[in-house]
Amino acid sequence: MMSKQINSLGFAKPPAETRVVVAMSGGVDSSVAAALLHEQGYDVVGITLQLYDYGDAIAKKGACCAGKDIYDAKRVAEERGFPHYVLNYESNFRQSVIEDFVESYLKGETPIPCVKCNQTVKFKDLLQVARDLDADCMVTGHYIQRIVNEDGIAELHRATDAGKDQSYFLFATTQEQLDFLRFPLGGWTKDITRQHAERLGLVNADKPDSQDICFVPNGDYASVVKKIAPHAEQPGQIIHLDGRVLGTHQGIIHYTVGQRKGLGIGGGFTENNEPLYVVAVDAESAKVLVGPKEALARDVVRLKSCNWLDHSSDAPICVEVKLRSMTRAVTATLTRHEDGSATLVLDTPQYGISPGQAAVCYKDQRVIGGGWIISTELCSMAKAA
Amino acid sequence: MTNLFFDHNATTPIRPKAFDLATSIMSEVGNAASVHSFGRQANKHVETARRQIGEILNVDAQQIIFNSGATEGNNTILKGFAGQRILISSIEHPSIMECGVAAEKIPVQQNGVIDLDALQEMLNHPTPPALVSVMMVNNETGVIQPIQEIARMAKAVGALVHCDAVQAFGRLPITRESLGVDFMTISAHKIGGTHGVGALVCAAGLQVPRLVQGGGQERRQRGGTVNVAGIAAFGAAAVDACSVLDDYQKLSIWRDRIESHIRKTSNRVRILGQEAPRVANTSMVIVDSKSGETLLMAFDLEGVALSAGSACSSGSTKLSYTLTAMGIESSPQIASLRVSLGHTTTEKEVEQFIAVWDKVSARLFKD
Repeated sequence: MMSKQINSLGFAKPPAETRVVVAMSGGVDSSVAAALLHEQGYDVVGITLQLYDYGDAIAKKGACCAGKDIYDAKRVAEERGFPHYVLNYESNFRQSVIEDFVESYLKGETPIPCVKCNQTVKFKDLLQVARDLDADCMVTGHYIQRIVNEDGIAELHRATDAGKDQSYFLFATTQEQLDFLRFPLGGWTKDITRQHAERLGLVNADKPDSQDICFVPNGDYASVVKKIAPHAEQPGQIIHLDGRVLGTHQGIIHYTVGQRKGLGIGGGFTENNEPLYVVAVDAESAKVLVGPKEALARDVVRLKSCNWLDHSSDAPICVEVKLRSMTRAVTATLTRHEDGSATLVLDTPQYGISPGQAAVCYKDQRVIGGGWIISTELCSMAKAA
Repeated sequence: MTNLFFDHNATTPIRPKAFDLATSIMSEVGNAASVHSFGRQANKHVETARRQIGEILNVDAQQIIFNSGATEGNNTILKGFAGQRILISSIEHPSIMECGVAAEKIPVQQNGVIDLDALQEMLNHPTPPALVSVMMVNNETGVIQPIQEIARMAKAVGALVHCDAVQAFGRLPITRESLGVDFMTISAHKIGGTHGVGALVCAAGLQVPRLVQGGGQERRQRGGTVNVAGIAAFGAAAVDACSVLDDYQKLSIWRDRIESHIRKTSNRVRILGQEAPRVANTSMVIVDSKSGETLLMAFDLEGVALSAGSACSSGSTKLSYTLTAMGIESSPQIASLRVSLGHTTTEKEVEQFIAVWDKVSARLFKD
């Protein structure tokens, strides 16, 4: 009868017969996930991806820390006594993530490489490795919840710890991927994770959370873009919405929609002494358009390459949507189109929505899915005109 | 659960006689360079090993300089010739390829044997090389190089010859003279000694270049307190290994059994260097599979220790330059698996390996 019991990962067999591939970044979260499952008796296999040449790509401060991540993951696995492997994914990562990141900036967008990495490298390539290794599931240390509903379908839900919730970066997870994935930390606060790390004596228990994009140390994304696309620093004009040329800039890669600081136009204030914001970035003409805050207001958001997890009809529905990782969700009406695009009409206009970012939709705690922002409009203004 | 160590080219289990000797000596005190009785006792162990290895290689004991292993040995020779014209094969160990000394690379043929015509052309250069360094047995493929021929050709233009004989010593009946080389690198742990011990063997009248200096040990050719227990165990392991060289050749029966079996299981599998003379224990298997990168892991999870080629220190998987030099095109679809048997391998283990191979290949080579 024992074997009929459902284990903590949802399989009707003992943990020892359940092979779990844990994607280990070397950080404390995925290390705890791996060590805990191993403690519970699962057949844990840790895998860490080498995503870029830590010494070469960014021979700068911080680079050694990234190399240390692989070392830490290995040490955790060795200490706890489960197998661990390092896979060299430098070329996949460069093609799928870094080049896309650079291209996006060159188009005047503000990309989110972490989503691309989850979408392509981690949940596609690595997940296939897990299947090849005959794993029953793959685990990550993400703060997000996978909840199986009454119909037996796995749903994606926000993490219990709202401050740690990583659902914004995981909207592109497909149902097929979700069926195979598990997120054991999604119901925890970071405190609990740290306590387990200490209890288990993990070498990286005190390691600070990573803040930056992994291949962009110190937030200096421009230098990464320049390294791959030296032509990225094409100078251009900074133009006010009213047509006045306010100055010149050293490349559109330094600007993102909604940006207020560091515009390089001394002061950057309107006649009314109000700050100026980047309203649009035109890659073709290398022009940066600036204007007052009101000019940023948008209430229609068009999306492409959407991924939906609610198996629902095309009828418009009310959702909450996050338009940036660090902003609160706002209410909107979502209309999905057959070609994979979608339109969001926001209940109240929002400021600083940037193409290249993701729009992630929620129904209460559940992640419905989302898409990539390609353009925005202000509908109420159109009506007024 | 299966627990098979089929990675003897990376390292091989310590031989019981070597183990007993090393552990017993480790309980003694004494620096082999000290003048007192403790020092003399320690030095006796070192000199016994020097004599044992000298007899095997048919050189005077004085021609053997102990060091920390093959990487140091290879580095010592190459760095000693830095700035002069050096020829190496394109499939040398990383301790030659990446030791920071510029060298011209002699190509190999598809079967892994050095291209002698190309070598001859390189030797005919107006500035003949000062040093030619070629390994005796390749660590990844087991292919044996025609060292005597290479040495003869190199010496005809006045070059000195170094041979990395790490994978040959204790496996093939060789002496320095039979190979005709001036310097030889050997390592203890590849023949059942301990890690961190090796030696350079040089021709009479030559000295090895100095890499580690200060202290005057090893007749001023290699500084540093000698590893007494490790060196003594090296001597014991060498005697032991070389007394059963005939048995070692029998590993080829099991190797061939494995090779013929795995080639039958899938047409996506081929054996590299099979047409060339090879040492008895090594198979380099090339697999054309979407899941190539997971192969090594899959075997490990089944309890079978193999290697993707050389034991890469970072632990990451990538096709090696040796295979590229043999004309294998690097692609995510191509994976390499090195199966290397050793002195502890049994027939039962070979059968277990074949069973695991069938299990893994049924899962990963299905399409």
